[in-house]
Amino acid sequence: MTPLTLHELFGNFDSFTNFTLGGLVFGAIYALIALGYTMVYGVLQLINFAHSEVFMYGTFAVAWVFILLHGTDQVSWSLGHALPILLVALIGAMAMSAGVALLLERVAYRPLINKNAPKLIALISAIGASFALSEAMGLRDKLTQKIGLADNLKDYVSKPGVAIQNMGQARDIYSNPVTIVPKHLFNIFGYRVTDVDLMIVVSAVLMMVALDQVVRRTRFGRGIRAVAQDPEAAALMGVNSTRVVQGTFLIGGMMAGAAATLYMTKIGSTQLNAGFLLGVKAFTAAVMGGIGNLRGALLGGLILGVAESWGSAVFGDTWRDVVAFVLLVLILLVRPSGILGEALGKARA
Amino acid sequence: MIAERFSALPKPAKVLLVLVLVLFIYALPLLRPPLITTDQIDFGGVMFTVAIFALIALGLNIVIGYAGLLDLGYVGFYATGAYSIGVLTSQHGSWPFFLTLPVAVAVTMVAGVILGAPTLRVRGDYLAIVTLGFGEIIRITAKNVDWLGAAAGIKDIPHPNNIGPAPELPFDKGGFFAIPRVEWNGLIPSLDHEHATHVLIFGATDAIPYYWVILTALILVIFGDRLIKASRIGRAWEATREDEDAAELMGVPTFKYKLMAFALGAAIGGLAGAFYASGQGGYINPDSFPLLYSMLFVAAVIVGGSGNRWGAIVGGVLVAYLPERFRDFADYRFLVFGLALMILAIWRPEGLLPPRRTKRAKAAAAEIEALEEGEIEPEEVQHA
Repeated sequence: MTPLTLHELFGNFDSFTNFTLGGLVFGAIYALIALGYTMVYGVLQLINFAHSEVFMYGTFAVAWVFILLHGTDQVSWSLGHALPILLVALIGAMAMSAGVALLLERVAYRPLINKNAPKLIALISAIGASFALSEAMGLRDKLTQKIGLADNLKDYVSKPGVAIQNMGQARDIYSNPVTIVPKHLFNIFGYRVTDVDLMIVVSAVLMMVALDQVVRRTRFGRGIRAVAQDPEAAALMGVNSTRVVQGTFLIGGMMAGAAATLYMTKIGSTQLNAGFLLGVKAFTAAVMGGIGNLRGALLGGLILGVAESWGSAVFGDTWRDVVAFVLLVLILLVRPSGILGEALGKARA
Repeated sequence: MIAERFSALPKPAKVLLVLVLVLFIYALPLLRPPLITTDQIDFGGVMFTVAIFALIALGLNIVIGYAGLLDLGYVGFYATGAYSIGVLTSQHGSWPFFLTLPVAVAVTMVAGVILGAPTLRVRGDYLAIVTLGFGEIIRITAKNVDWLGAAAGIKDIPHPNNIGPAPELPFDKGGFFAIPRVEWNGLIPSLDHEHATHVLIFGATDAIPYYWVILTALILVIFGDRLIKASRIGRAWEATREDEDAAELMGVPTFKYKLMAFALGAAIGGLAGAFYASGQGGYINPDSFPLLYSMLFVAAVIVGGSGNRWGAIVGGVLVAYLPERFRDFADYRFLVFGLALMILAIWRPEGLLPPRRTKRAKAAAAEIEALEEGEIEPEEVQHA
């Protein structure tokens, strides 16, 4: 793609909406992942560095569900045709990501929280967990061989249909055998809106609204806000903080699983490092919107997606990430605690 | 225990002991002790990497450990130093190495100030993500700017200048004299004259001279670190780290000192990068500086014991050395490394060698706890 000049981007209304709406699609996925960072940060004040792996396991779960229910034939389906399996995949990915997130909480965080350890060490534990999780995924060919299930599970380990002897396959790109072909629905100012794009944005926004309501209105949400505000006082009032922390990880993981499903619908393939950059971006989005603030995560994600899209239009695709980070610095200079400020605990009931 | 017994020794004995230890560390890649030596990869090369990581950890310890600023983009400074060398000695000039070195350090220090000036007003974890972005910006810039060699990187970066007679190949390998290395057959040592290290020739086959140079730099930086930690600046850092508002009220210009820590840390990172660039391979490219390195550097400092220079060095050594030593695990080594990092974090949350301050603070906290619980009387504390 040849870079546009600023004039071409903003002067031509069609290309402007094109890049804006295209950016929103990725922004929605960023926002969903950002939720995991922002909730954990809001409750525990620590950066859940391994959340990117939580997302990555979700993307694999989506492909696995498709292989389980459909087989390994390479086919192209419309979204409508794929929808039943996609719904099962959504549940599978949410379960997988939530499971990984809970495991993470139990193994990497809880021992440190119980010891009242410094916050920084939790970051290191998370980095270690992140390493271990992504390596475990990259070694799933060898690990399945160790337990003697390599032949039974070969489609889930290497590229579907490729013989298992070819080692190192687990590190390669792993694709969903079903390619979901987007269908053009209608135009918004020249932007060809497809059913896939529409589904991604709408379902992401719906999920975030639902989560926002859960945190604002339910008993569990009140518990989360209480722990975020003052853990000791919350404990004195009878809030089980371990349960709240677990719930936070669970919800963050489920949202990451949903994001993984949407990502796989759009992109169709994954890899063991697929989560890393996306995770960094999502964390950036969370910080941009005001970390600990659910609405900030949505806003930050969407802004980041759009800004990246504009940036890559003007400066070329290679500078996409630079645009994201420069924007972050600029926003933090003007609003040192993000656009909407830090507020998980302060959200009104 | 060991530390107490050491400090009880008379001063000449202490100096002698330290000298012996330093000599041993210099000679380590020649002695090649069994168990420590890596079999599948050149041990000299591993020791070079280990020393680089130790230097980096020492620099990052100033930023994280002393000033309490979480920097997740330290690899950016490492890359800046390396690229300064690459550009000046190979890509766009042919300066000699030891002349370029101070320039590279200065450039990195300026980079630290440029990044720090706007961002250090941001607090805590926000700084982490901003610096992380910086590290990535440096890498992407190097990858996309042709002037910096783009994705192909910079080749043929000259080695440091030889000291001693130049080699006249193929027979005379140059240098003042040659030191054979020790070969171990089980526990029986023998001398291996085939693989001798020539003093002091920076060639393509022997990594040991590079290791010596960087080790020397490391020792010099340790001395500098000791001086600055014990100075007014070091105390200002400590005050800022513990309570920024209180420090500001007491008249410490916290922003100035934070910026100083950032720039100084950056300069040490740049120094390490410069040595890396002019190392054995003489080749750098953008992928030599992945974002992941920043995480490893932070892990090194924290695992070792943030705020204690020896802890940071130990952390740096472990992070660089363990994956190389456990090449036997081949594919599993990063899995093992990740698990080891987690276990270390949970087992020793203060790091392997926590700074003395942390130990004192912990003891004090335990005492207060005991007082509150009424387990001991206040008089007992005063006697103790």
